[in-house]
Amino acid sequence: MDQDCIVIGGGLVGSAVAYGLSGQNQKVAILDGGDRSFRASRGNFGLVWVQGKGWDYPPYAQWCLKAANLWPEFSRQLGEETGTDLCYRRNGGMHFCVNEAELEERRKILEQNALHTDGEFQYEMLDHAALAEKVPQISNAVVGASYSHLDGHVDPLSLLHALHQGINRQDVTYVPSQNVSEISGKDGEFRVVSNGKTRSAGKVVLCAGLGNQRLGEMVGMNIPVVVDRGQLMITERIKPFLDWPTLHVRQTGEGTVQIGDSHEKVGLDDGTDPAILQKIVQRAVLMFPFLARVRLVRAWGALRIMTPDGNPIYQQSETCPGAYAVTCHSGVTLAAIHAGTVAEWISGKNDDPLLSRFGTDRLHV
Amino acid sequence: MFKTIEEPAEGAVEILVEGVAHRVPANISVAAAALLCGLGSVRETPVSGAGRLPYCMMGVCFDCLMKINGQPNQRACQVTVAADMTVERQLGAAEYEDL
Repeated sequence: MDQDCIVIGGGLVGSAVAYGLSGQNQKVAILDGGDRSFRASRGNFGLVWVQGKGWDYPPYAQWCLKAANLWPEFSRQLGEETGTDLCYRRNGGMHFCVNEAELEERRKILEQNALHTDGEFQYEMLDHAALAEKVPQISNAVVGASYSHLDGHVDPLSLLHALHQGINRQDVTYVPSQNVSEISGKDGEFRVVSNGKTRSAGKVVLCAGLGNQRLGEMVGMNIPVVVDRGQLMITERIKPFLDWPTLHVRQTGEGTVQIGDSHEKVGLDDGTDPAILQKIVQRAVLMFPFLARVRLVRAWGALRIMTPDGNPIYQQSETCPGAYAVTCHSGVTLAAIHAGTVAEWISGKNDDPLLSRFGTDRLHV
Repeated sequence: MFKTIEEPAEGAVEILVEGVAHRVPANISVAAAALLCGLGSVRETPVSGAGRLPYCMMGVCFDCLMKINGQPNQRACQVTVAADMTVERQLGAAEYEDL
């Protein structure tokens, strides 16, 4: 057997799972895609986010809160081990609302989050005056905001870089530019063929984002993925003005302002569209008028990996036990729990009851 | 350290670099002018405060960011000098009014 475990996919999900598995002394190899692969991990917004997540699916609300609570220690350990500053901050996060109806809608959503977590999820609704006290640059168009001290943000590229440094230090075999053509076998004896070469492993973990649908079929799993494009922009570095990340505007640890986002059903196209970028910018400028004079330096599109109900999939194959799938769109927020609880679930050391709520059976009724 | 190879055909313009008047060839970039004037570092980075000089001279590396005519974070290699232009070093992150 070449490996205890082959992880397919080396983005935020795959590298977090591999980092966790090798931390338990498992011999791990990652088969990653190439430069042409769709890379959600290199195009995302960097939120470590709780508020609103899982408001309509209690297990996901609980899962996200748990994951976010693991982040401070995860970030400290990974940062220390690799000497990388992840720019992780947990000052809380906000969502701005531009009319009373939106604000009321928001309050209802967060009430659900609190309900699903027995009140552990805490939040405040801020009216304009309370918001302006915290964020003096906010325009009068913003009538209020939701705030939760449990939210945070991180530099997602530094996170990916640190995870790769971490797995490298732990002697994980990392193989780039791979195209997996065949997976066969079952628990204890899998064979994975990529670029014409066969590798054997006790277990196989599919962390290939949009590729999981195709790979899942090779091991008897039906993993429906839905493509959802988001466009983002980033500005020049400016003096700090916003301590709290929001869903649409966040100032990074190094001073740039990241502006998003969109939800587009355009298939496998990760390009940009000026008409949509314009709408995104208009919303940001409505919130912070001074941004109109700040220079953008880059715009890009990235493809979210969604499931039909928006919640992650953690599934072990029934017909090929030992093959696992991890599919989610929140690779940043969930990185800590993927390196911890999920890696322990795969190695058989942990069976968190919440995991059973993220199987594919919920999608195939 | 830097000098022009030949007299520029288009003549010269006067620009203000860090408050000091300099005559420079009319058709060159602000980054080239900053080098010609012996300015030393053209900026200090917002993250570590390190001094930086123009590097790629073709708009890619963003290491020549300067404040030009009051506008911060301009890629000096992408701007051509003009008469009476003010050029200042970019010190740290940009500041905007009402920011």
